[in-house]
Amino acid sequence: MTIKEIQKEIVDEFSMFDDWMERYEYMIELGKSLPLIEAQYKTDDNIIKGCQSKVWVHAELDTDKLVFTADSEAIITKGIIAILIRTFSKQSPKDILEAKTDFIDEIGLKEHLSPTRANGLVSMIKQLKMYAIAYQTQLK
Amino acid sequence: MTKTPLDIHTIRRDFPILNREVNGKPLVYLDNAATSQTPQQVIDVIVEYYSSYNANIHRGVHSLSQEATDAYEQARIKIQEHFNAAQSHEIIFSSGTTHSINLVANGFSSLLKKGDEILVSAMEHHSNIVPWQMLCERTGAVLRVIPMNDNGELVMEEYSKLLSPKTKLVFCNHVSNALGTVNPVEQIIEEAHKIGAAVLLDGAQAAPHIKADMQQLDVDFYTVSAHKMCGPTGVGILYGKEEWLNKLPPYQGGGEMIAEVTFEKTTYADLPHKFEAGTPNICGGIAFGAALDYMNAIGFEAIAKYEHELLEYATSALLKIEDLKIFGTAKEKTTVISFNIEGIHPYDIGVILDKLGIAVRTGHHCAQPIMDFFKIPGTVRASFSFYNTKEEVDVLVAGVKRAKTMLQ
Ligand SMILES: Cc1ncc(COP(=O)(O)O)c(C=O)c1O
Repeated sequence: MTIKEIQKEIVDEFSMFDDWMERYEYMIELGKSLPLIEAQYKTDDNIIKGCQSKVWVHAELDTDKLVFTADSEAIITKGIIAILIRTFSKQSPKDILEAKTDFIDEIGLKEHLSPTRANGLVSMIKQLKMYAIAYQTQLK
Repeated sequence: MTKTPLDIHTIRRDFPILNREVNGKPLVYLDNAATSQTPQQVIDVIVEYYSSYNANIHRGVHSLSQEATDAYEQARIKIQEHFNAAQSHEIIFSSGTTHSINLVANGFSSLLKKGDEILVSAMEHHSNIVPWQMLCERTGAVLRVIPMNDNGELVMEEYSKLLSPKTKLVFCNHVSNALGTVNPVEQIIEEAHKIGAAVLLDGAQAAPHIKADMQQLDVDFYTVSAHKMCGPTGVGILYGKEEWLNKLPPYQGGGEMIAEVTFEKTTYADLPHKFEAGTPNICGGIAFGAALDYMNAIGFEAIAKYEHELLEYATSALLKIEDLKIFGTAKEKTTVISFNIEGIHPYDIGVILDKLGIAVRTGHHCAQPIMDFFKIPGTVRASFSFYNTKEEVDVLVAGVKRAKTMLQ
């Protein structure tokens, strides 16, 4: 599936819920299926800055696709990073770089998009894209 | 000063912001230790200043400038009276506690030498540790830490042991922002003075709850931020004993702080102007005075009594929640409750509470060393003011329970 298709799928899933509680509960559920980062990569270097709870992300190249793993101390943050990784993992660096992330707004998590928000969703997106830039150069 | 119990419902009507909704729920504002809300009486003073007598002070002969200067200087006297400083020029207007502390730390650069010691408490706000570290780097002085115990109280025996003829300055918050501990400042000052050290108290968290008396405390320096006590942001004071303020060199160069300037030599203005370079936050200073009027009309005794009730009520209600632990259980506390629920990150609780319209602080509260001491990433901090109600405590408790169910 393309990033766009996955995002559409996530938006559809979230549209089943009427209120924020259900949406948050679902997001927490998604957090539980997050592909967890291996212990050896859970280092300070891999912590995303700008988040109030610690978030670690690791990226690896599988032929020409990027595969992300992550973890966080906070389960809401874990849910958010799980959603991001679900859309970006197993995609090419080029597609990741070109991808939009406004679907976050559509699933009712707009408040997390503010750049000053302490959970650092914006920092997470930036970090995932940074990995894409790094590996894109490597692929060339 | 009123002796009657507080009429909370009348008081709440003074604060327009308390009527607003957040995420579709009535706002329950429990982040007062970060910034308190502003009553209409103070808002009116701000509006009036900009609508009728906004002008630069201490300079113009024209009427507006005179009016603004008078109002600003009257505010200084109000502040002097409130804190019972011996003289009004011992009150230096600043942009707040951070600025005030930096002013003193900078001034001590010229008074310290290598090997001198500065004592700071283990429960300081980040921003307050840094100026002393910088001072130590500049002078070769050494920073030493007064430890605390598991209740979040300073270990006074250790403090006594740390004091020595090398100690030149003791810095401590009067009340801790992360834990709410009221420190035994009388004893701290008395012991420091015995060996000739100066004491700077950070009163940012104390001033909204305790009317500190500068002369009775005999403290050398005291700092306050107006925005934590019903005043506007970006203004505060440094209180300093005249003899100490005279010893310190000016902090910033600029207009207002000079007596005479030639290219060869500048002579500095007298206190307080020596430390007030440039155009100050004039409106802010005036509004700070109005905020003190507002709080004094309610009365600090009545406020303390009511807040104590709120603290006890909230503490016992929160402790009924299973797995909830409160950090900061000192005997003497202001209305700050820092807590965690086992197995749940404080950030998660903060997000859910926000969705319920409840404003609390989560994180390390700029007090990383305290978090390291308790080996936790942070806490949820609910801090109450005299305009909060028991009903709001109930909303908080229900919110925390709901968050717990969702998150555990
Ligand atoms: C104990 C303490 N000191 C200093 C500060 C800093 O105050 P300001 O930001 O007004 O300078 C705060 C505010 O959070 C505080 O709680």
